Amino acid sequence: MANLTLLQAINDGLRTAMKDDPSVLVFGEDVGKKGGVFLATENLQRDFGANRCFDTPLSEDGIVGCAIGMAMNGLRPVAEIQFQDFIFPAFDQIVSEAAKLRYRSGGQYTAPLVIRTPYGGGIRGGLYHSQSGEAYFCHTPGLKVVVPSTPHDAKGLLLAAIADPDPVLFLEPKALYRSVKGEVPEGNYKVPLSTLREARAGTQVTVFCYGAMVPVTLKAAEEAAASGIDTRVIDLRTLLPLDEEGVLEHAKSTGRVVVVHEAPRFCGFGAEISALIAEHAIEYMEAPVVRVTGFDTPFPNTLEHHYLPDHRRVLDALERVAHF
Amino acid sequence: MTATSTPATPRRRLIDEEGVPEGKLRNYADGWLKDLLVHMLRVRCVDQRMLKLQRAGRIGFVGSMLGQEAAMIGTAAALEPRDWLWSGLREGGAALMRGLPLAEYVAQMYCNSNDTAKGRQMCNHFQHKGSHYPSWSSVIGTQIPHGVGAAFAAKQRKLDEVHALYFGDGATSSNGFHSGMNCAAVWKVPCVFVCVDNGWAISVPNKEQSAQLDFTKKALAYGMPGFEVDGNDVLACYELMHWLVVHARSGAGPALLVVKTYRMLGHSSSDDPTKYRDKAEVELWEKRDPIRRYVRFLEGRGALGKGEFEELEGRLYAEIDRIVHEQEATPPMPLRSLVEDVYAEVPRHLRLQYNEFARIAERHGEAQKGDGAFPL
Repeated sequence: MANLTLLQAINDGLRTAMKDDPSVLVFGEDVGKKGGVFLATENLQRDFGANRCFDTPLSEDGIVGCAIGMAMNGLRPVAEIQFQDFIFPAFDQIVSEAAKLRYRSGGQYTAPLVIRTPYGGGIRGGLYHSQSGEAYFCHTPGLKVVVPSTPHDAKGLLLAAIADPDPVLFLEPKALYRSVKGEVPEGNYKVPLSTLREARAGTQVTVFCYGAMVPVTLKAAEEAAASGIDTRVIDLRTLLPLDEEGVLEHAKSTGRVVVVHEAPRFCGFGAEISALIAEHAIEYMEAPVVRVTGFDTPFPNTLEHHYLPDHRRVLDALERVAHF
Repeated sequence: MTATSTPATPRRRLIDEEGVPEGKLRNYADGWLKDLLVHMLRVRCVDQRMLKLQRAGRIGFVGSMLGQEAAMIGTAAALEPRDWLWSGLREGGAALMRGLPLAEYVAQMYCNSNDTAKGRQMCNHFQHKGSHYPSWSSVIGTQIPHGVGAAFAAKQRKLDEVHALYFGDGATSSNGFHSGMNCAAVWKVPCVFVCVDNGWAISVPNKEQSAQLDFTKKALAYGMPGFEVDGNDVLACYELMHWLVVHARSGAGPALLVVKTYRMLGHSSSDDPTKYRDKAEVELWEKRDPIRRYVRFLEGRGALGKGEFEELEGRLYAEIDRIVHEQEATPPMPLRSLVEDVYAEVPRHLRLQYNEFARIAERHGEAQKGDGAFPL
């Protein structure tokens, strides 16, 4: 066991996968000598050679398109898109190609690949270094979408993603890269995809959240406890395919639900959780499902701390839902 | 090797439009030369039958290969069985030559339950894993980086494979062309880019596609050599492609081959080309028909006897008709395939969605044996 930041846990996960499986490759913009703009791939090129970890031309479409071909011909590519905001040139390759290859070929060809990318706000990155685009990808059958929030899960989910037979978009909450630390087991362990994690036990309100919103929600839950609201916090971890049964069980058991994400609200992931509960658990609900989200605006710059849900906005929602 | 012609560079054309060899040819065996004709003629016969079936409403869509038989057969004949062919819309004939069984080809056109893609792609999207022929998606140019990535994997895994990446003149404007050409040259992977310039991307002529009509020059910008070949000269296509495949196999890196040919019919069976192109242009290319030209060449060297062509054609049509007859009778895919192959395993939410649907399908008598609910 080592006490690692989330960023170090990702580096450890990549290192573990590369050591265990010679077909695993790590590539993207600046991931080689520099070790990535956030240093997630630090020293991988030094330790595994430029054959296994290398810089690519500045071409997201090329990175993902070539990753698909590599995966089709026996490699396990782990591609990095430097910021999730830069992924859209590769949207076609992800959505039209990687996600549909197994289906359209009747299972003859597959693309087992991982696309890692830092997402979300909190670093004063403005419109193009801060977005949370998970909803676009969650609307894509054939893709898996994973978001860790702890160092333990970051490594375990990453190793599960690399071993998975289907393409996985691995969204890394950059705001947590260095701000959270935790115990990380050594060696190759996997956190199964499509499983939830109860980050905090509670009986009165359930909050569904993921990524960088998990610590924000935990803080709000502690403050709510002081005023007598007992909050359960569920870290979704995998958004697609979602553990819908697990979500419904938690929703039914507290009858009160809040969803928190930093992406815009309209057609955001919270809408899916809310609809799922409305469709299958409405008779258990004591209060409307409340969403705490980013605004339906482009991502701001100087006012980002107001755009991003913080513990005060989550607390306000907890109070409204608990006292409905 | 450079882009400018060196003495070793195979020529752009070996047989003129009347079927007369231009200069001295290599010492080819007649049997091998005749095989090329068989492959081209099979493409044409299949194409004609598919168009007929489409007009009769039996199949939905045909992207005719008429006029491009030499381009696909000549270039693909230069590949070894272990090499990969990344296709666009009009390479189905090359797949047949490389091992795609005709029954699977026709099943794909019918999108029935014998189709290896399980009827999920629209017609004219062939695949054959055994001969390394993935299907294209329909999105133009996206297969180009796939082929580059797979060629990278071949190099990384020390596999002796060359990857041939086919696309049309329209695709030179796509993202995939740019990113694929660029990455391939930077990484020096074993692939050959085959731009089949048939003059038209649906209704847009190549001169409106690019201000640089000499597409070989695009290769230079990426740091690889580019060559042009007469795409209606099957032997020239073979020789130039073979030369580039050997070049790629030796580890010297990728190259671009521009195959100049012409799409004789519309983009597809849903397209009327008389709306946008001149009859005179089509007539000009009719005179350059790659099969007639090659038949004259074979007859000229005494490799094709009197009546042999007609006999061959008859044999091919008989085979095609027998297979069409079989595939007509093949049922469509079972309903459960709706949710299969989205992921390696059918996840719970898809099983639930299917079961909900299956209940309604059963109520309306649409469910067959095997269409029942998934266990949860």
